[in-house]
Amino acid sequence: MTVFYLVAFLSIFFALMTIFTKNPVHSVLYLVVTFFTFTIHYVLLNAQFLAVVNFIVYMGAIMVLFLFVLMLLNLNKDTEPTKSALVKIMGVVAGMCLIVTFVGVFKSMGTADTVEGTQDIGLVSNLGKVLFDEFLLPFELSSVLLLVAMVGAVLLAKKDKEISKV
Amino acid sequence: METAFILEKLILVVIIFTITLVIAMYSTLAERKIAGFMQDRPGPNRAGPFGILQPLCDGGKFFFKEEIIPAGSHKALFILGPILAIVTACITSAVIPWGQTLEIGGKSISLQVADINIGVLYIFGVIALGVYGVMLGGWASNNKYSLMGAVRAASQSISYEIGMGLSLIALLMITGTLSVGEIVAQQEGFLNWNIFAQPLGFLIFITCAFAECNRVPFDLPECETELVAGYHTEYSSMKLGLFMFSEYINMFVSSALMASLYFGGYNFPFMYDLGLSQNWITIIGVLVFFAKIFGFIFFFMWVRWTLPRFRYDQLMRMGWKMLIPLAIANIVLTGVFTLIKDTYF
Repeated sequence: MTVFYLVAFLSIFFALMTIFTKNPVHSVLYLVVTFFTFTIHYVLLNAQFLAVVNFIVYMGAIMVLFLFVLMLLNLNKDTEPTKSALVKIMGVVAGMCLIVTFVGVFKSMGTADTVEGTQDIGLVSNLGKVLFDEFLLPFELSSVLLLVAMVGAVLLAKKDKEISKV
Repeated sequence: METAFILEKLILVVIIFTITLVIAMYSTLAERKIAGFMQDRPGPNRAGPFGILQPLCDGGKFFFKEEIIPAGSHKALFILGPILAIVTACITSAVIPWGQTLEIGGKSISLQVADINIGVLYIFGVIALGVYGVMLGGWASNNKYSLMGAVRAASQSISYEIGMGLSLIALLMITGTLSVGEIVAQQEGFLNWNIFAQPLGFLIFITCAFAECNRVPFDLPECETELVAGYHTEYSSMKLGLFMFSEYINMFVSSALMASLYFGGYNFPFMYDLGLSQNWITIIGVLVFFAKIFGFIFFFMWVRWTLPRFRYDQLMRMGWKMLIPLAIANIVLTGVFTLIKDTYF
């Protein structure tokens, strides 16, 4: 349990660092560390497969792309657009609304029993059985959704090219 | 029990790290010797007999060179880059089974540090992490060439990871496990080696391995004809040494991976027919495994001194338009064959 509290503290700490640092590249790096602490959470829950997939997909692929784009844009203080006071106030109001919604949602929910860390549910074979048996339809639907997104992205990239040709 | 277990693993880890580092060190000599052989010249031959002390001299030189951190660079990340590169290169070896079990005094000792049941995915994760060292180092240098090198490294690594992952899926379909230890144990003898079941998959895997190691013909991140030295342009002293070293360690580890996933690992023909005791089989197995690894390292170097570098658009076209469709076709073919085999034989 002490390990959990330590890792949970680190998650929150690095998540806060992500939004409080000025430099966008640092921000992404703190986000990478935050994802790494999530991986540790999964390992603590004995969900090895989820842990390693979180590691590969978020840390290894998505964050590399984020970093890639940020490096290309090369944002720094000089190019940072100055935000007007109105935008800041709107941001605060929107954030407060979000907090109120979250508090409302979580208050109305009942608390679930604590998940035991010794279950084997997160291991590959068990997860596969659940995904391809009990949750086959949602699983296939989500893969179709991903395919649609991919086709859309390719279409957008292609369209641009044809216009420039003409 | 606990202490003995930890001690056993600790000794194994130290031995593996030592071997990894020594092999990486001597790969630098082998590289130049092979280059010399290919280009009909002797190669380094001054330090010691046949130049075998050359790596030590190089290492010493790296340590005593002046360390320069560029004024406009980001200091913390500049130092973090090479550290990340070498750490990620080293930790992959944890899941590779170096041999079977040794029996010493009635106790059996497994020659694999950790046989986790997601070994293949673990390797994949560490490879995915490997690009951070190059990217951070290149970006923190605050140099246009370094940045270009870093950006190239990132896009190349992401593109070829997909092909690599897809080629591994076909392998996993026939082995039915994600544990590297079990995959090697299944390839007993000679005809059970996965290379015979997955020739196309192996071809895709080795191409992607070259790309992930940034070796010629995929060494565009450090392409010296256009980018000075790419991502490590601003690096000097041992920090440069660590980047170089991590490349050789990566090469060693990916050779070990290819040997264990496709070429039977420690298995050798007639291993149980010669009437050898378990310990002898293990020892010969380890030697055979290292012979296979050296074969692959030689292949890496052979290719380096044979092929020219790709152009960047060729690199991307090959990754996305050739390797990925090929890997998907391989998965479909593997599925069809498995189905036919299960139904009719």
